[in-house]
Amino acid sequence: MAVLKVLVIDDEPGIRSGVSRILNNFHVTYPFMDEDYTFEVTEAGTGEEGIEILERDMPDILLLDNKLPGIQGVEVLEYIRKRNYDIVVAMITSYASLDVAIRATRDGAIDFIPKPFTPQELKSSIENITKQQYLKRITHRMKQEGKKIRYQFLSVLSHELKAPLNALEGYLRMMQGKQAGELIDDYATPIERSLQRIQGMRNLIMDLLDFTKIRLERKEEKIQEVNLAEVASAAMVTVQPYAIQMDININIDVRSDVTIMADPDDMEIIFNNLISNAVKYNKIGGKAEVTIDSSDNEAILIISDTGIGITKNDTENLFTEFVRIKNEKTRNISGSGLGLSIVKKVVELYHGTIKVDSTPDVGTVFTIRLPKKPVTIN
Amino acid sequence: MKKSDITILVADDDPDYLFQTVFNLEKEGYKTVAVESQAEAEAVITRFKPNLAIFDLMMENDDSGFILCYKMKRKYPDVPVILATAVSHETGLSFSIDSEQEKSWIRADKYLEKGIRPEQLDQEVMKLLKL
Repeated sequence: MAVLKVLVIDDEPGIRSGVSRILNNFHVTYPFMDEDYTFEVTEAGTGEEGIEILERDMPDILLLDNKLPGIQGVEVLEYIRKRNYDIVVAMITSYASLDVAIRATRDGAIDFIPKPFTPQELKSSIENITKQQYLKRITHRMKQEGKKIRYQFLSVLSHELKAPLNALEGYLRMMQGKQAGELIDDYATPIERSLQRIQGMRNLIMDLLDFTKIRLERKEEKIQEVNLAEVASAAMVTVQPYAIQMDININIDVRSDVTIMADPDDMEIIFNNLISNAVKYNKIGGKAEVTIDSSDNEAILIISDTGIGITKNDTENLFTEFVRIKNEKTRNISGSGLGLSIVKKVVELYHGTIKVDSTPDVGTVFTIRLPKKPVTIN
Repeated sequence: MKKSDITILVADDDPDYLFQTVFNLEKEGYKTVAVESQAEAEAVITRFKPNLAIFDLMMENDDSGFILCYKMKRKYPDVPVILATAVSHETGLSFSIDSEQEKSWIRADKYLEKGIRPEQLDQEVMKLLKL
């Protein structure tokens, strides 16, 4: 239950108490609102008194008579507009002449309630205003949240980009000051580590480019028939050197030679990320398996590994940008924290789904379903 | 107290930053205990009292450094703690300890942006240990 504060400024006591009586027992509800709105009415007999209450209580809705003993209604309106107060104003007046109406609307009044009014007239006016207030609040909240997410993204990004720079700077300073010895061989570890950090940073930048690319508008001419088994095989070749290092056997099982209409680059992003993850988060001597299958309407891609697995808790945030599962087993595995969030975005672009099943220390299975029929990509 | 009598606990999940910090501190003559996670740091402080601690802010948790500060101060109120992070000011996200309220619960003695020069770090350490 949300309460909207209503201030009524009118010199006629009968009008004020009428408004109070009608609105105190009134509530507004709509199917799309997550809560009912009720009203709390405060009364003022003059514009001056009204401004005082306004400053103190900051009402959500103002019902304003134009013809007042001291300052006029339009002056109260002007007062509110100059201060940019977020108050919805409806004029209640029997002098709803054209010039007052025009001036009042220009100054921010959104509604007129002709005097005398029936309870029903007042209620339907208030109902309209409430709906507007509600929508305004929702849009405001959504904007705020959007801002917060972008803000977090930027701060984490800057952290991830700065960390390798700090490491490089530290090593270079060490060399500049010849702190570990006179010979270049004394710096073998710092040099090796620097190269690794540069590689990590390059990967992050590549991922960021993918990330921005999938957010840009699609070019329809890039959509073509793509053979998924071919893309998967190419991705396996790319990952092969790393797989050899870790002694991991990657196998591909093509149960259906399925083709879909897609941008081949997008399919490459999916396979590259998932296959390289299946190797990276595996155990020495483990296995990775890529299965390509199809149903009547969908292409089904299954990428499974015999790796370190993910706990149920960790799977919840797995597709969030920059979330990397940090534990003893992932400590020495480098990654940008963007890969899976990119994969998910691409899959969703094609109206597909991605699912993960995992058991710690046993392995992880990613299942992707993509519609075979061409879809509008936006 | 001589620098060689001082042991500094350093916790950082960035292996390079940890290596460099430890390298620079040892170069200055301090002894060090290096750990790579909040969990390891917690295990160390249950058994051992360092003369000073340097904690990275974000390790397994986003607030690992804060938690470690709190635990350190509860167990060893007299041991100075430095909180270090690479979260940059440019984004507007800062973790500096400004208000009295923040000071009361974060309880780090010094907040440092990563990328600090070794000689600056040494100065801060000396200041905190009143060397």
